Amino acid sequence: MRRTLFESLTQPPLTEAPPAADDAALAELAAGVERAARRRLGRSLAIRQVDAGSCNGCELEIHALNNAFYDLERFGLRFVASPRHADVLLVSGPVTRNMREALERTYRATPDPKWVVAVGHCAADGGIFAGSYAVVGGVNAVVPVDLHIGGCPPTPSALLKGLIALLEGAR
Amino acid sequence: MPALFDTIAKAERIESHRPWPRYAVTAASWRQAAHDIAAGGATLLGLWADAAPLPTVHLAAIDDPTGDIAVFSLACADGQFPSVGALHPPAIRLERAIHSLYGYVAVGTPDPRPWLDLGCWDVRHPLGARIAEPPAQSAYQFLPVEGESLHQIPVGPVHAGIIEPGHFRFTAAGETVARLEERLGYVHKGIESLMAGASLEQAARLAARTSGDSTVAYGIAFAHAVEAALGIEVPPRAQYLRTLMAELERLANHFGDIGAICNDASFALMHAHCGILREVVLRAANAAFGHRLMMDCTVPGGVAVDLSLDGAAGIDELLRHIRRRFPRLVELYDNTASLQDRTAETGVLRADLARQFGAAGFVGRASGRAFDARKTPGYPPYDALAFTVPVLTAGDVNARVWIRIREVEQSIALVEQMLARLPAGPIAAPLDAGAANGEGLGLAEGFRGDVLAWVRLDGGRVARCHLRDPSWFQWPLLEAAIEGNIVADFPLCNKSFNCSYSGHDL
Repeated sequence: MRRTLFESLTQPPLTEAPPAADDAALAELAAGVERAARRRLGRSLAIRQVDAGSCNGCELEIHALNNAFYDLERFGLRFVASPRHADVLLVSGPVTRNMREALERTYRATPDPKWVVAVGHCAADGGIFAGSYAVVGGVNAVVPVDLHIGGCPPTPSALLKGLIALLEGAR
Repeated sequence: MPALFDTIAKAERIESHRPWPRYAVTAASWRQAAHDIAAGGATLLGLWADAAPLPTVHLAAIDDPTGDIAVFSLACADGQFPSVGALHPPAIRLERAIHSLYGYVAVGTPDPRPWLDLGCWDVRHPLGARIAEPPAQSAYQFLPVEGESLHQIPVGPVHAGIIEPGHFRFTAAGETVARLEERLGYVHKGIESLMAGASLEQAARLAARTSGDSTVAYGIAFAHAVEAALGIEVPPRAQYLRTLMAELERLANHFGDIGAICNDASFALMHAHCGILREVVLRAANAAFGHRLMMDCTVPGGVAVDLSLDGAAGIDELLRHIRRRFPRLVELYDNTASLQDRTAETGVLRADLARQFGAAGFVGRASGRAFDARKTPGYPPYDALAFTVPVLTAGDVNARVWIRIREVEQSIALVEQMLARLPAGPIAAPLDAGAANGEGLGLAEGFRGDVLAWVRLDGGRVARCHLRDPSWFQWPLLEAAIEGNIVADFPLCNKSFNCSYSGHDL
C-alpha cells in the first residue's frame, strides 16, 4: 500500500486538468463548470441521481464522472445520497409506470430551488422503449425538465458539457 | 446423457428449433422433467411462455457436465400448467412472472403473488389476454417473519447510490438480518412486448439495451439465437471481434466491481485505482469500436463495426497498462487486513444452493459451481483459445472478489490470443431474413453469467423473444447469503453479487 500511496503523491495526477493539451475540449468544459458553479451556488452543487427505468448504461457513465480522469468533485459538483440534500435531480431512463410514483416523490422531496436534468435518449421521450404498456415516456411526462443531455448513453464529457449548460441557463 | 433427457427423448421433436432440440411434451412428462431437475439431474436454464400459435410454456434445461441442452414445451390451452416451482424453488419467480405477463397459472405453486406487475399498468397480462383494466389495488404481502424484537427496514426503490431501483425489505433482530425479501420490477420496460413484431435490426437494439453493463453479451446471445433460427454461418473474423468485445466488457465490469466492493468496505484507494483501470478499458474500446460500451456493435450475422486501424495497438497498450498496474492492486487487496476482515466469511452462499439455482458467473464459481457457457456448451472462438475457469468453494464476498481477479487474468490472456490470431475476412454474413420462420436458442457468457435468448421468427420478423438474465437465479441467492449477517454488510454482499435490475425486470 505504501508504494501505491507514495506513487500517487510523486506522480502527476491522471485528472485531465483544464490546460491539458491532449484534450482541449474537456479542459474548456472544466473551466466553464468552475466559473458557472461558483457564480450560481458558491462552490457547491449537489446532485441526486434517479434511475427511473434505464438499462443501467447511463448510470455506468454517470459513475465515471467520479473517476480520476473526470473528477467531478473538483468543480464542487457532487453526488448526494438523499433528494433532501440535492439541488439537481439527474434522471435517466424512460420513466416506467412502476417508477413513476417514486420519481414524483423524489421530486417533491427535493427542496427548491431545484433543477431536473434528463439523461440519455430514453429520458427525452422514452426512446426505443416508447409506446410500451409499461412506460410513461420521457422524464418531462412526469416532472418538469430543465435540460436534456442526449446520448445512448451520454459520454462523461457530454454529461459535463450538459451540467455547464444547466448552470448557464439557470443564471 | 442424464435421465431427464432420456425420458423425454421419446417425445415429439419440433424440427424448426435449433441448434438444440425442442420437444412437445405431455403434462406427465412436464412433471417428470420438473422432478428430474429438482432431483439434480439437470439445471434449469429458463422458463417462459408464448401466446402463439397456442398458449405454451417452455422449459430449458442443461446437463452441466456435457452441456446438452433441451427445451420442453407444454401446450396449456386452458391457461394452466403444472408448477415447476412447487418442486424446484428456482422456478418460482419465473412462474410468477409468467402469470403476471401472460395470465397462465402454475397449478400448485407455493407463491401465487404477482411478480414484475406492481399494479401500475393499464393492462393485466399484457403479453397474454391483455385485459384492459388496471389490476385490483391490494397491498403486496411480504412474507411473514415471526419472533421477538424484530423490526423491519424498507429500502428503495430509490437507493442512496448511483444504482438501479429495487425494493429490499429487511427484517432484523438488532443488527442481524433475519430475513431479506426483494421486490423487483421497477424498471420493467415491457421489452418482450416491444420485441413482438420487431424487425431483426430493431430487436437487436432492444436486446442491447436490456442490461447496459452486459450490452455485448446480450448482443451475442440474441445473435446466437437468430443465427441458429436462420441457419447463418458467422464469418470467423466476426466471431473473434465480438468475443474480443465480450472480454473487454468483462474486464471493464470486473474492474468496476472489484473497486466498488472495496469501496463498500470503505477502502477508497482500491476504488480509485480500479476506476482508472475501468476507464482505460472503456477508452480503448471506444478507440477500437467507436463506442465506450460497444453498444450495437454486435448484430445478428456478425458485427457492425470492424476493429479501427489503431484499435489493435490501443488494446495492446491497454494490456500492458493492466499488467503493470493490476498485480499491485491484487497485492494491496490481499495484504490489507482491515479490508479482508470485511470481505472474508461475509455473505456466504452455500454450494448446494448455488448448484440448485444454477448460479452463474462469479456467484456460482465462488461457491463451487464451475459452469461457464464459454466452455459448455461452448461457442467459437473459445474452443480454439486457451483459458481456465477459476472455481473456489468459500462462497463469501472474498471468494467472489478473487474469482473476478482470476477472471481478469484469464480475460487478458484471451484478448492477447485473439489479437494475435485475428482472422482476415468479412465481418458479417449477409442477413436476409426474407420471410423466414424458425426458432433459435442462444447462450452467451456475460460478465455475471450466462445470458439466454430464445427467438421465434415469423415472416422474417421477431414474433417472440425471451431474454433471461443470469440475475434471475442470483437474486434469490442474495436473500440466502445475507441471512445472519449484519445490516451494515448488505451493501458489501449486494455489490459482490452485483445482480442486474434492468436485465431481470425486462
